Amino acid sequence: MFPLTSAVQVKGSRRTTVDWFLVLIRVVLISLIVVGILAFIAQQIDPENAFAKWRNPGANRLTAAQFKGLVVTGLSQGAMYGLIALGYSMVYGVLGFINFAHGEVFMLGAFTGFVTSNKLAEAGLWEGAAFLPSVIMTAILAALIATGAAVLMERVAYRPLRGSPRLIPLITSIGVSFFIQNAVILLFGPGAKSYPSNPEWLQQKRSILTFEVEGTKILVLIVAAISMAGLWFFVERTKTGKAMRAVAEDKEIASLMGINVDRTIVTTFAVGGAMAGIAGILWGLLFRSVIATTGFLPGIKAFTAAVVGGVGNLGGAMAGGVSLGTAEATAPLVLLEPLGVDGVSQLRDAVAFTLLILVLLIKPTGLFGERLSSEDRA
Amino acid sequence: MSDTDTRVPLLEFRNINTHYGAVHILKDVNLAIYPGEMVSLLGGNASGKSTTLKTLLGMVTPTSGEVVLDGEVVNDKPTSYRVERGVTMVPENRRLFKRLSVKENLELGAYLRNDKDGIAEDLERIYTMFPRVKERLNQKSGTLSGGEQQMVAMGRALMSSPRVLLMDEPSMGLAPALVQTNFELIQQIHEEGIAIFMVEQNANMALSLADRGWVLQTGRVVLDDTAENLLANPELQKSYLGGA
Repeated sequence: MFPLTSAVQVKGSRRTTVDWFLVLIRVVLISLIVVGILAFIAQQIDPENAFAKWRNPGANRLTAAQFKGLVVTGLSQGAMYGLIALGYSMVYGVLGFINFAHGEVFMLGAFTGFVTSNKLAEAGLWEGAAFLPSVIMTAILAALIATGAAVLMERVAYRPLRGSPRLIPLITSIGVSFFIQNAVILLFGPGAKSYPSNPEWLQQKRSILTFEVEGTKILVLIVAAISMAGLWFFVERTKTGKAMRAVAEDKEIASLMGINVDRTIVTTFAVGGAMAGIAGILWGLLFRSVIATTGFLPGIKAFTAAVVGGVGNLGGAMAGGVSLGTAEATAPLVLLEPLGVDGVSQLRDAVAFTLLILVLLIKPTGLFGERLSSEDRA
Repeated sequence: MSDTDTRVPLLEFRNINTHYGAVHILKDVNLAIYPGEMVSLLGGNASGKSTTLKTLLGMVTPTSGEVVLDGEVVNDKPTSYRVERGVTMVPENRRLFKRLSVKENLELGAYLRNDKDGIAEDLERIYTMFPRVKERLNQKSGTLSGGEQQMVAMGRALMSSPRVLLMDEPSMGLAPALVQTNFELIQQIHEEGIAIFMVEQNANMALSLADRGWVLQTGRVVLDDTAENLLANPELQKSYLGGA
């Protein structure tokens, strides 16, 4: 299958230089993590501790409030990654290739939100009691546009390539990604676009279980949780969802059951697109700014989340998203600062991709992944 | 079989030719399966047995000739059309959806049906036929033993309420002790009035149950006779039945 999931060593084969190099990377990364965490613990017990001072002379205790703040930020971003990751994972499950244009579907959702929210703000509906219905409407619209984009993409770019080697749709998806980015630049210009500001009452902090959380983040977490629950219900409990899982496992036998495989594949793209569209709105609410390249980094991170959770596994995609978000929010201060690294707040992306490398080195199938190889079907 | 010849065949091949690219797989094949009978297709490796099944189900389109279902030419009809009209298959090696539960596998068998009561009735029928299956309904089907998987595969096929069941090498990959049980199950299904079209390597066993049989050799039907005559055929004895 895809090289990402088949990095399995043959037992008894001789270890090559490359193997030793990979072992070295594992050892170094894990030692860094262990030392970083120990130094963090030392610093929390006593900032004057010699071990804490060893790499970071300016060691300072992190307050509980600061730490909780990081966790909440991480969770809300992670929920967004998780929503996008679902699309990568579902399409991979059904077609066995990574749709790199999926990040652009997310970006289209964010742009739909930009247009709609500004129209609603002009009409005075982006505040007060009208805000929540407006957000719901915007989210539905963004989900629709994103769904349309994903379905169109499948029809125009990927379906003609069905049956060709896996690398070909993969490369096509990169092309589709560039196409959509440039189309958006043509439509909206290359500059950043702003969402209207969120209403006062949403920006206020509320305390939940001793966590002081900004209302926007609560909203993001609630919307993400509802969407994920809805998707779970769809995939696990409906007839179409059952057909989707059957197609993911064995297309020939699925069609023998009378399942329309093409239509099921379209449904998969549509559902993944809807999730990405909703994630786009959440991005807009959280960062209030969107640009044609907005889809790139969150897209790649969501792909990372899908791999971390075990690509093809929906629960894994959600869990991968949340762990990735939390890791990149907390690791700079919990791990890297005690190690004496400079400018840690700039290193979120490095953390995310180091996590990817680590998972690929240690458990290539991801945290919750099963082997997806054809031998499963023998 | 003059008494069956007056009836309309359920499923029929008329001068079927099938190609994979430039390779000629089936050559002028004629077959007819009548309602309620048990027939068997024998042949060695690469004789075209699997292609015959795929062509019957519409997974492969013939280059010439007609596939006829209830007197209607269905060459350009999709698999789902044929499944809806009572043709279904138990695939070689069972091919269950291993990550889905046993219950879900059975439900997928009835994917094209909308009669809730009929589906519930058929589920009950399968539970009585295979009590072991009922015990494992919520287990992932991949965790079942080979024999149990065979039961689920048959149950799944029966859930589409078929009139003819195509069986691709039913004894393949089963422990020898299970092969006999398996043939008894097929017999049992047949007794409910479902026609069986069995593709089998185990020619002795297959012919002892079947009414008629065909022998396929490199894509051509070389023998077409009653099961008794085939069993007695010295040439067949030598090449397939392992007798002297």
